[in-house]
Amino acid sequence: MRISYREAMRQALHDALASDPRVFLMGEDVGRYGGTYAVSKGFYDEFGPERIRDTPLSELGFVGAGIGAALGGMRPIVEVMTVNFSLLALDQIVNSAALLRHMSGGQVSVPLVIRMATGAGRQLAAQHSHSLENWYAHIPGIRVLAPATIADARGMLGPALADPDPVVIFEHAQLYNMEDDLRDEPNEDWACDIERAAIRRPGSQLSLITYGGSVPKALDAAAELARDGIDVEVVDLRVLRPLDTATISESVSRTHRAVIVDEGWRSGSLAAEVIARIVENCFYDLDAPPVRVCSEEVPIPYAKHMEDAALPQPARIVAAVREVLNV
Amino acid sequence: MFDFTLPSLGADMDEGKLVEWKVKPGDAVCKGQVVAIVDTSKAAVDVEIWQDGVVHALLIEPGERIPVGTVMATLLDPGEKAPPKGGARAGKQAGERAPAVHGAAVAEGARLRISPAARKRAEVLGVDVARIEGTGPGGAVTLADIEAAAQPGVPKAAEAAPAVHAEADRNTEMRRAIAAAMSRSKREIPHYYLSETIPMARAQRWLSQANEGRPITERLLMAVVQLKAVAAALAQFPDMNGFFRDGRFEPVQAAHIGVAISLRQGGLIAPALHDVGSKPLDQLMRELADLVKRTRAGSLRSSEMSDPTITVTNLGEQGVEAVMGVIYPPQVALVGFGRIAPRPWVEVGALVAMPTVVASLAADHRVSDGHRGALFLAELRERLQRPEEL
Amino acid sequence: MGEKYPELRANVIAILRSIAPEVEADELRDDRPLRQQVDLDSMDWLNFLIGISEQLKVSIPEADYGRLVTLGNLLDYLRAKLS
Repeated sequence: MRISYREAMRQALHDALASDPRVFLMGEDVGRYGGTYAVSKGFYDEFGPERIRDTPLSELGFVGAGIGAALGGMRPIVEVMTVNFSLLALDQIVNSAALLRHMSGGQVSVPLVIRMATGAGRQLAAQHSHSLENWYAHIPGIRVLAPATIADARGMLGPALADPDPVVIFEHAQLYNMEDDLRDEPNEDWACDIERAAIRRPGSQLSLITYGGSVPKALDAAAELARDGIDVEVVDLRVLRPLDTATISESVSRTHRAVIVDEGWRSGSLAAEVIARIVENCFYDLDAPPVRVCSEEVPIPYAKHMEDAALPQPARIVAAVREVLNV
Repeated sequence: MFDFTLPSLGADMDEGKLVEWKVKPGDAVCKGQVVAIVDTSKAAVDVEIWQDGVVHALLIEPGERIPVGTVMATLLDPGEKAPPKGGARAGKQAGERAPAVHGAAVAEGARLRISPAARKRAEVLGVDVARIEGTGPGGAVTLADIEAAAQPGVPKAAEAAPAVHAEADRNTEMRRAIAAAMSRSKREIPHYYLSETIPMARAQRWLSQANEGRPITERLLMAVVQLKAVAAALAQFPDMNGFFRDGRFEPVQAAHIGVAISLRQGGLIAPALHDVGSKPLDQLMRELADLVKRTRAGSLRSSEMSDPTITVTNLGEQGVEAVMGVIYPPQVALVGFGRIAPRPWVEVGALVAMPTVVASLAADHRVSDGHRGALFLAELRERLQRPEEL
Repeated sequence: MGEKYPELRANVIAILRSIAPEVEADELRDDRPLRQQVDLDSMDWLNFLIGISEQLKVSIPEADYGRLVTLGNLLDYLRAKLS
């Protein structure tokens, strides 16, 4: 069946709510309004205000409440509207959720799932266009996921809820309307593990490594390059923490070249971390210096043409690949 | 006293071989005078000195291969007294780098741009990386460059050590080199293929007449006639003859035809028969016989390996109708001949049994188009109808 | 079929082996086309005939090549020339 990323996420939430009474959804406008991105549409009527809880505009407060509920044996799914607002909850996520297992000497765990939209590209201007996945990927104690396909949108929530520690799921806002085929029953298409990166397109000449909203752009670039006979592999990181270094290394050792596409800003980016691991693990297999395609280091502009110019785009990816291959 | 060091005679020169000294100890030299002949990978070059002086000691023997910057000789400044024998300035070791003679462009301390993967591969294959021209970003030497350089016949830094394994190693390496070159060809070169059936009655008749009076050692083979015809046709189609490098086609005037020669133990080498267009058939026949012999004996000259501007392959001997070849990069075309055999042919409205051959062209679409290729094959056909002019 | 003229045959095969070292004398059939049994291109063939004409002191006009298909043909031809 052909469904959207939004619908896949909705089905995943519905499954979780229907199958486990400990699961509840909490966040701004998730209830009566049906979610800012309409992911929880209809849930309020179906599951009631106890399990679909609208919250005040206080990320610090309701993420903290989610942590408390998780400590108390519930399986909360906290929706932070976007990563931009999650900065208000950083203390709860970094100082509490990520550390309580450690600080309690293993007495407690925080089985919390935090979902948030991320990324630019929809003319929402600088304060609503951040890609700060890397900030969370820096923190030991939490797992960070970036579903970039319909199958991952459908399949990642289950194992995330089963994880005894906090999991942050980044949903790139530009992916919600993407559609793809997905079979109804759980199967190998869903690729439900939350451990491994995935090769989305096999190729021999270069590894294009990316995640989240940049995956479709990388695939477009690879398709364009293929028309010129350039055979590029696309690796979707999927799990941003812990990074699947083995898959990255295997791919780059085979292709000898890497271009990393990351919507985050270049300095201190996740792309930088990926390149560091490539150099650590594959130095003697590299046939060219790895190259990054990141966002320009500016506040993301509001004007459409300027916003487009600031973000990684297929044309820039193609140009970077050609630079590395010198073709 | 000052040092005379081996200057870099071009951006791609990392070492050279001393061919001959033009001076001896005690000679007075003046700025600009040729003091030595040094063989680089490209040519023998007259090397000038950039300072007046008197030759004190020559430290390098003719035949030695030395890196750029090596001290080759020491000289006394004009009027300076020679130091006592066994003094402080004995010769420096070859390979030791020293500041350049004033004015000579020496790539002092310049580190070779080579990818880590290429360096590792070069070690495995025993390729001397200093002699390779890089095709990667910024002229870096890449994996593909190493694999191209590892093809048989090209001098390698490290010789295969144990003689017992030499044969097997050579075969493996040749296979690997062919694999690398052909993969690169199919990856990079957009081939187009054309073929033309060419009547060969005239050429056969002419050849048997030509051979009639000749002792067996001077007889010509049709292969030579075909090679000469290809060279003659190339003269009018320079876009089939040359190299595609760094995104550009470099035409070559002379037709150095790579003749595909299969080896008895397997594998293939296509060394150059030089300047085919300007040589008479008798000479070409002698040179071809010699080339085949030396190829099979494994004693080729490096120019024969690097010079071919086009390849000609003849698989008709094995009885195939036609060949659709793979271009040998950086060449831009390959001509194939199939078997010469009598086939039905219409001539002046009548069906006759005509000896024909299928000539094919694989050419690089980045350099030429099918129309040019078609005209080239038509020209080849016409040349083979006038064998007496070849 | 018995082997013809053992001495002549041995000489001819020695010449052939100088061009195609992999040839085994016992495996060559006198009644089958030689170039189907041994991988000889036209240069090899010419060198083979040059070797024969020089060592056995016979001249082999090109017009006769067509008759020299099998090893048997060649041995008969040489026998006739030599006697």
